[in-house]
Amino acid sequence: MKIKGKVWKFGDNVDTDVIIPARYLNTSDPQELAKHCMEDADPEFAKKVKPGDIIVAGRNFGCGSSREHAPIAIKAAGVACVIADSFARIFYRNAFNTGLLILESPEAAREIEAGHEVEVDAESGIIKDLTTGKTYRCQPIPPFMQELLKDGGLIPHIKKRFQTEAS
Amino acid sequence: MKKPMTLAEKLLAARAGLEAVEPGQLVDVPVDLALANDITAPIAIKIFREANIGRVFDRAKIALVLDHFTPNKDIQSAEQVRLCREFAKEQGIIHYFEGGNCGIEHVLLPEQGLVVPGDIVIGADSHTCTYGALGAFATGVGSTDLAATWITGRTWFRVPETIKFVYYGRLRPWVTGKDLILYTIGDIGVDGALYKAMEFTGEVIKRLPMHERFTMANMAIEAGGKVGLIEPDRLTLNFVRKHASREPKVFKSDRKAKYLKVIEYDCSKIEPQVAFPHLPSNTKPISEVGHIDIDQVVIGSCTNGRLEDLALAAKILKGRKVNPNVRLIVIPATPRVYQEALRKKYLQIFIEAGAIISPPTCGPCLGGHMGILAKGERAVSTTNRNFVGRMGHPESEVYLASPAVAAASAVLGRIASPEELGLKEEAR
Repeated sequence: MKIKGKVWKFGDNVDTDVIIPARYLNTSDPQELAKHCMEDADPEFAKKVKPGDIIVAGRNFGCGSSREHAPIAIKAAGVACVIADSFARIFYRNAFNTGLLILESPEAAREIEAGHEVEVDAESGIIKDLTTGKTYRCQPIPPFMQELLKDGGLIPHIKKRFQTEAS
Repeated sequence: MKKPMTLAEKLLAARAGLEAVEPGQLVDVPVDLALANDITAPIAIKIFREANIGRVFDRAKIALVLDHFTPNKDIQSAEQVRLCREFAKEQGIIHYFEGGNCGIEHVLLPEQGLVVPGDIVIGADSHTCTYGALGAFATGVGSTDLAATWITGRTWFRVPETIKFVYYGRLRPWVTGKDLILYTIGDIGVDGALYKAMEFTGEVIKRLPMHERFTMANMAIEAGGKVGLIEPDRLTLNFVRKHASREPKVFKSDRKAKYLKVIEYDCSKIEPQVAFPHLPSNTKPISEVGHIDIDQVVIGSCTNGRLEDLALAAKILKGRKVNPNVRLIVIPATPRVYQEALRKKYLQIFIEAGAIISPPTCGPCLGGHMGILAKGERAVSTTNRNFVGRMGHPESEVYLASPAVAAASAVLGRIASPEELGLKEEAR
């Protein structure tokens, strides 16, 4: 799994209310949610972000509520990967369950800046800042998790597995 | 000799059917209650239907509490509630709460006796950790994990390391469980217990009434905690016997259990706390708050909407008037709390003071409805989060505090302690 994109940078403790404010939770339609992704931190984010872009943030990304709408909104907005110093626990589980690639790297989170071009290889756990040429290593995503992400999350993954086993 | 374990480890080991577990280990456990609300249930229902399984694992072990945007704030919320109602009917869900029997989930479910010590509870709501006050292993999950449990009746956990918090000394006047947990989060930070179990102990916790224990466990998530546990004791069992019919399974930490850290607090040094925008960890003692004018006060939520919280606010508001510059919104958390507050004349005190009484709802806590802030407005709130835009406009501000500070602030029109109204309370 390889990704190349432009970086959007955020700070520590990006909470789920910032990722998708509760006032928009009267729907669970991914495209509707995507329109308001990160709105209270950067009202223009959803308009500016391009498919394949990458979010880089600090500590405790996704803290707060258990709303799965948060990783859904990020993914539907076109973001291909979130790199952070650390992730809040419920968000961490929700991200994999909904098929959003996330990587923990305190060093990359600290040094990579907004607008940089970054390449991510989930299989080897290598993050490369193409703007500075610096390489960062993080815990690689094991093959079964990559497969799960490729299928779009836990449920599509299980369904595919059942179908494969049946045929 | 058996390996000494913490309360969190014992709860998971018991339900996983293992002699012992240790931090880092992954365990598969049966779930005693799997809950969702009107925001998170629709996604879980969609996933459940896509899986094409047919029936839920146990219709008596699922709770649907439609408390967030209810009474329905708009057409889309109403559609979400309709989807839940149809699902509940189709599946024969027993613990379905909507309309007149609905209250704020984390106050309602213990009151309905649906959680007892020793239970494993997951909820598609981050404040599911509230039930740790009963000695249950309870934590928030997303809708996908929840839907998986609706299918299988089980879930998996990584056994967390435990941080032990010891509270000793006497509580100063007007200091409550809310102040203790705000102080703790202020000390360790919003990720100070990330992925960890928090265990609240010490002589102060032993004396702390149940409603304040619920408040503390409720905010464990605000420090990143997986669970916020309190060992069941006589108070817990009295509460459970009053509300529940199922048998409690009481576990206690072993004396020699291994903790990641032990943090001690001398409560005689803790003042009422206020968490400034925009993080629950951004706390200050009331004496250092300074002059901050406010536009709104909210007393309610899964953190502080219990009968005793309203009693505390009523004590302060009795015979006084809400400042003309302030809207005071009081939200009894459940129909039972509402009825009791009515019977004990608290509601009359609030109305005479000029407060607005709201039906049970999460409403303003998450900026849903029933009390949204305009640009630049400030609120003192007994709720649990003060993130950017949490209660309304991204440029509004929320200050978190206890019902005592909230009530006094409503009268004075600025953040204030009840002492400024000449009220006296004993240390305890």
